[in-house]
Amino acid sequence: MTRRLLLALLPLLLLGALLAIIIRTGPADAVRGEHFPPVERLTFQRVTLEPGAIVAGVMNDGPDTVTIAQVQVDDAFWTFTADNGVALRHLGRTTLRIPYPWVEGEAHVVRLLTSTGTAFEHEIPVAVETPTLNARFFGIFTLIGLYVGVIPVVIGLLWFPFMTRVSDHGMDFLLALTVGLLAFLLIDGAAEGFEAAGLLPESFQGAVLFALAAAGAYLLLEGLGAWLKGHGRAADKGYGGWVLAVLIAVGIGLHNFGEGLAIGSAFALGEAALGTLLIVGFTLHNTTEGLAIVAPLARERRRVALGGLATLGLIGGVPTIAGAWLGGFVYSPVWSVVFLAIGVGAIAQVVGQIVRQMAREGSVARMLATGPVLAGLFAGFAVMYVTGMLVG
Amino acid sequence: MLELTRRAWLRATGLASLAGSVIGGARLAGQTAGSPRAYHPRHDAHVMGTVGRTSAAGFNPSAYVRSWNFSELPPDERSRFYRETPRGDGTLLREYEIFAVDREIEIAPGLFFPAWTYNGQVPGPTIRATEGDRIRITFKNLGTHPHSIHFHSWHPPEMDGALAGQEVHPGETFVYEFDADPFGLHHYHCHTVPLKRHIHKGLYGAFIVDPKQGRPPADELVMVMNAFDTNFDVENDVYAVNTVANAYVHEPIRVQVGRLIRIYLVNFTEFDPVNSFHLHAMFFDVYRTGTLLTPSEKTDTLMLCQAERAILETRFRYPGDFMFHAHQTEFAELGWMGLFLAEEGRTT
Repeated sequence: MTRRLLLALLPLLLLGALLAIIIRTGPADAVRGEHFPPVERLTFQRVTLEPGAIVAGVMNDGPDTVTIAQVQVDDAFWTFTADNGVALRHLGRTTLRIPYPWVEGEAHVVRLLTSTGTAFEHEIPVAVETPTLNARFFGIFTLIGLYVGVIPVVIGLLWFPFMTRVSDHGMDFLLALTVGLLAFLLIDGAAEGFEAAGLLPESFQGAVLFALAAAGAYLLLEGLGAWLKGHGRAADKGYGGWVLAVLIAVGIGLHNFGEGLAIGSAFALGEAALGTLLIVGFTLHNTTEGLAIVAPLARERRRVALGGLATLGLIGGVPTIAGAWLGGFVYSPVWSVVFLAIGVGAIAQVVGQIVRQMAREGSVARMLATGPVLAGLFAGFAVMYVTGMLVG
Repeated sequence: MLELTRRAWLRATGLASLAGSVIGGARLAGQTAGSPRAYHPRHDAHVMGTVGRTSAAGFNPSAYVRSWNFSELPPDERSRFYRETPRGDGTLLREYEIFAVDREIEIAPGLFFPAWTYNGQVPGPTIRATEGDRIRITFKNLGTHPHSIHFHSWHPPEMDGALAGQEVHPGETFVYEFDADPFGLHHYHCHTVPLKRHIHKGLYGAFIVDPKQGRPPADELVMVMNAFDTNFDVENDVYAVNTVANAYVHEPIRVQVGRLIRIYLVNFTEFDPVNSFHLHAMFFDVYRTGTLLTPSEKTDTLMLCQAERAILETRFRYPGDFMFHAHQTEFAELGWMGLFLAEEGRTT
C-alpha cells in the first residue's frame, strides 16, 4: 500500500523539484537580459460612470508586475485614487476612481500609462450614468425581460391546441422545424460566445472556458433528463413528451439568460435608441421559441393543463429577466461567456434528444431524409434567420 | 469589456425603446428628453494633472531653469565639466566635457522614459558664452548608439556633426571647436540618423550667446519645450517645459514683482509641428532667435516651429500666481503647464 502510494507520488515530487530548479535558475531571464522591458498587459474590467467620476476596474493579465504611473482622460493627465494600490502582480486587480467631469451622451477615452510609458486605453462610446441597484432600474430591467423573454415564448406556446390537431407528417414537420430553430440558436450562441471569449483577458483562456461550460451544461442536462425519465416511468425508447418539453424549456431558458445578460449590459452602457421595427422583429424571433417547447407534447397528442403550459413558458422566459438584472448591475465579460456557453451546451443536448426521439428506434439518417423533416429543418432555420435579420 | 455585436446592440436599442414606451412617463438613462439632469458636482480645477511627485534624486527642473555652464554644481565638481581661460583679445576660451549616455529619466511621477541624454539629463546642459568666445567641447560617447553634437551657430563644416562620417561611435571621443557667433538664443542636438529618434529620445539642449555689450540685468530663465513618445507610436504622450510634466505647477517659479524677467525659450518638441508659449495676465517683448536687440513684437502668446526659439522679456506687475502653458490646450493638459509665483520686494 505504502509502496503504491510512493509510486503515485514519485512523479509529482520530481515535478516539484523541476519547478524549483526552473524558478531558481530562471532560464527565461538569461534570454531576456537585464534591460529587457517587462511584459506588460493590463485589461480593463467593468468601467462605470458616477456623477463626476469614472470608476475603472483594471486587472494585470500579464506575467510581470505592472505599475500604473499616471492616468490620462481624453488626452489630459487626471488625478485618481486606486483602492488596491497601483503596483499589480500577475492577475492582481485594482479599481481606479477618476474624478472626471464626463459629458452625458459623449465619448471618452481613459488611458493608463505604466511606469515604462506603455499605454492601455479604454473607450466609453456613450457616457451615461451607470444604473445602481434601485427600484426604478429594477423595474425597467424586469420589463425588458418580460417583453423579450416571457411574453414571446408564452405566445408561441399558444400554438399547442393547433399542433395537437395536425397529421403525423405535419408533426414530423413541426418537430423538424423545432430542431431547425434550435440549431440556429446553437450556432448563433456559439458565435457570440466565442466573440465574447476573444475579448477576455488571455489568462481566462476564453475559448476553452466556453467549451468547458458548454460541455458541463450538456452533461448536466443529460443527467437531469435521465433522472426525470426515471421518475416519470416513461418507456425505455426515449424521453416522454413532458420530459423533453421541460428539457427544451430549460435549454431555451439558459439561452435566454445569456441574451438577458447582453441586453442588460448594453442597456447599462447606454447604447439605447429608438426603433419600432426592431421591437417587432424581436417579438417574431422569440415567439418561435415557444413553438419549440410544446412540439414534443403535441406529438403525443396528450392534453396538457394550462398550468403546465404556463410553467414551461416561465422556465423558458423568466431567466431573461434574471439575465437582464445581472447584466445591468454587475456585468462581467467572464460570466457573459460562461452563460452563453451554458445555453449552447443545453441546446445541443436538447437537439440531440429530439432527433433521437424522432428517429425512435430507427436510423437517424433515414428519418432525416424524409420530405417533411427536411422541409421542417430548413423552414425552422430560415424563420430564425429572417427574423434574426430584423434584430440585427 | 464585452464589445457588443451589432445584433446585440440593435437588440438592446429596440428593447430600450420598448421599455420606454411601456412604462410611459419613466425616463431612461441615455435619453435626454426633458430638462437635463444635473450630473456633476462642482468642477474642481485641481483634479486635473499628474498624481504624486518625481523623485528628488533625479533631474530637478527648478534648478535647471536658472543654470548654465554647469552653474548648478559645486565649484570643484563644476570644474570637471567646465573651465574658462582668458585669451589675449579679452575673450574667453570655454571648455566643456559633454558625454552621451543612456539613462532612464522620470518625466512624470512614476513614469520612466528610456532616454538618450547629454550628461545624464534632458534637456542637456545649457551652454552659454559671449559673442567671440572660443568654445571647445570634448564629446565622449558613452552610449550604445552613435551620436553627435550639431550646433545651430556659425561654424566650419568639419564641426557640423551632421555630415556623413561625423557621428561619434560608442566609446569614441570628438572635440568640437568654434567661435560663439552670432549672439542670440540657439541650441544643439544630436544629428545622427534616424534623426527623429535621436532627438525625441532626449539629445538636445539650449545654447545662449550673449552680445559683447551684454543685455540689461535680469532674472534669467531657460525653458525648453519638449515632449515624449513613451510607447513609440510616433505620437507624444507627455508634454512639458523642461521635461517633467506639471513640474512648475507643483513647484512654481518664484519671481519678483517689477524686476526684468528674461526667458530663453526653445522648442524641441518632436512629431508635433509647432508648440507655443502663453503667459496669463501679462504681455512680453519677443526677440526672435535673439539675434537683434530690438523686440519684434509684444504679445502674450508665441508660436514656435520645431527648433525655433525666442527670448522673451517682461516684468510682473502684480503679485500672485500666473499660469503659463502651451496654448495647444492638448499639450497643456498633457503636462505642459506651469505657474509663476510673483512676490513683492524679494531679491532672487
